[in-house]
Amino acid sequence: MNIAAAVRSAWRALTTNTLRSLLTMLGIIIGVAAVITMIAIGTGAQQRVEEQIKALGSNILLVLPGAQTSQGVRLGAQTGQGISEDDAKAIMLEVPEVQSAAPTLRTGVQVVAANANWATTVFGTTPEYFDVRDWPIESGRAFDQAEVNGSAKVALIGQTVARELFGDVDPIDQVVRVRSVPAVVIGVLSRKGQNAMGQDQDDVVIVPTTTFRFRVQGWGGGRIRRVGSIMVKVREGQSMAVAEAGIRDLLRQRHRLQASAPDDFTIRNLTEAMQVQEESSRIMTLLLAAVAGVSLVVGGIGIMNIMLVSVTERTREIGLRMAVGARGRDILLQFLIEAITLSLLGGAIGIALGAGATWAVAQFAQWQVVLSTDAIALAAGFAAAVGVFFGFYPARRAAGLLPIEALRHE
Amino acid sequence: MALIEARELTKVYRMGDQTVHALRGVSLDVQAGEFVAVMGASGSGKSTLMNILGCLDQPTMGTLYLAGEAVQTMSTDQLASLRNRRIGFVFQQFNLLPRTSALENVELPMVYAGVAPAERHRRALQALQRVGLAERAAHTPAELSGGQQQRVAIARALVNQPQLILADEPTGALDSATSLDIMQLLADLNAQGMTVILVTHEHDIAAWARRAITFRDGRIVDDRAQPGLRQAPVAAHGALP
Repeated sequence: MNIAAAVRSAWRALTTNTLRSLLTMLGIIIGVAAVITMIAIGTGAQQRVEEQIKALGSNILLVLPGAQTSQGVRLGAQTGQGISEDDAKAIMLEVPEVQSAAPTLRTGVQVVAANANWATTVFGTTPEYFDVRDWPIESGRAFDQAEVNGSAKVALIGQTVARELFGDVDPIDQVVRVRSVPAVVIGVLSRKGQNAMGQDQDDVVIVPTTTFRFRVQGWGGGRIRRVGSIMVKVREGQSMAVAEAGIRDLLRQRHRLQASAPDDFTIRNLTEAMQVQEESSRIMTLLLAAVAGVSLVVGGIGIMNIMLVSVTERTREIGLRMAVGARGRDILLQFLIEAITLSLLGGAIGIALGAGATWAVAQFAQWQVVLSTDAIALAAGFAAAVGVFFGFYPARRAAGLLPIEALRHE
Repeated sequence: MALIEARELTKVYRMGDQTVHALRGVSLDVQAGEFVAVMGASGSGKSTLMNILGCLDQPTMGTLYLAGEAVQTMSTDQLASLRNRRIGFVFQQFNLLPRTSALENVELPMVYAGVAPAERHRRALQALQRVGLAERAAHTPAELSGGQQQRVAIARALVNQPQLILADEPTGALDSATSLDIMQLLADLNAQGMTVILVTHEHDIAAWARRAITFRDGRIVDDRAQPGLRQAPVAAHGALP
């Protein structure tokens, strides 16, 4: 018996009792739809985290000022001598694993250009910042070290600021007033999107540290030149842990801390935190898919049940087929194909339903979803496997019937 | 060489505590081209013999040669192939596949013989023509009368050109007028050279055969030649393919 004949005969058997076939398929339909939707939602969440990691820049360590301990009493954050521009420079020069390090200062300001104004955040930093953040400049250029040394009145602006202040006008060489300091826009940064906390990273104005200190802040910050944070980019392929230890040793030395004293700074591994988040969303995806997979198995049991009923109902037909020359394997193939047809048909409907549900989730819940062909192939493959697995036992039972007993069956 | 050579066939069933001796040493030769009626009361063993001759059941003891092939040494797959090639079955309850056209029902044995679809179609139509039902090829069993269903079953039995047709009470579910048609058809097939073995408990049906074997308690008690009742062909059912 060839496959085409078996498929035709399976189709006839299934359309004989359409309602029953549909109800049997329901388990598979729901299972496949659930698997696809869950994987789409999970992959979407994962992709979101990945995008955030990418937006942050990879291999980033963030050095923050810590607490000072005075005679056993630990004071709050920012009470120590803090971290300085020189610390940043030293980290870059003396820790071999570090590619670059950028000190950053920040404050909220109102910026004005012509008759538009906008509340945003202004960063004071060094040219290394753009390398650390993997942040390409869309048009114009970054400031250079000479401009930092000369506290030049130049600024780079993010996409959001460019839009709010200049609209369709090219911002390059326009003047923005940052807290009454006129600065020439020399560059526009490319779009970075939201960060992990949902903040708009494109809503920034970036100026040299010196410009920030002497012109925006109006105060030099003293001899130490404290900064709010230092962003460090570790070289590709180097261990983050080794780099972190190197920075710690260096900063302890520079801050002249005794062996027993705690650090007066904190080093945070942002990438790692994000990766943990990514890992947890991956596990969530897996869990969701596994739960959905259980319903596929339940659907398979439904198929097995109805196939057993079908074998019993059609015992005489089996006997007749054997009498006219069907071998055991012909009968096996026929019932197996019937079960697989059921599960594949259910799988196909489930895929359509799952795609619809995914679309609905994206549309109405505004979740990020990714409907991947991998997930669809996985669900379809799983449905077929369920058909084979749960169809095999009833099919073998049919194939094992003795022709004479099958024919005599009432 | 006889078409069927059965020697000392014994069949013992175990039903609960009881042991039933359905056949107690039956030896039988049937030559190619014979028309044999097997008679006997129910439980006499005639159906058991039929099932064994049709390779649907295995004897407990004894040997059976069908067209020179030793049936008792065959595997189940070989038996299936033997049934497919050499035997056509006609049952009392027709045993057609429901919701399946007459044509597809007739095609069934060829499906298992591995005949290509176009050839299957052609030969099935030819077989239906031979039983006078070519114009009903697309009808399902539910749309056919009992006599027509049995004709479809006969077409199915002869479509693989077997040497032997085994008919188990072929008229048992039909009225007497239709029974006559069916018997005439079987007699015509026999006249065209096909060996027909018929199981019945009705004497007027058995009278159509040219040899009558009577069973009682698992043994052959009578085996005689008789003239047969075949009329000259009323309608042309076509020649052997």
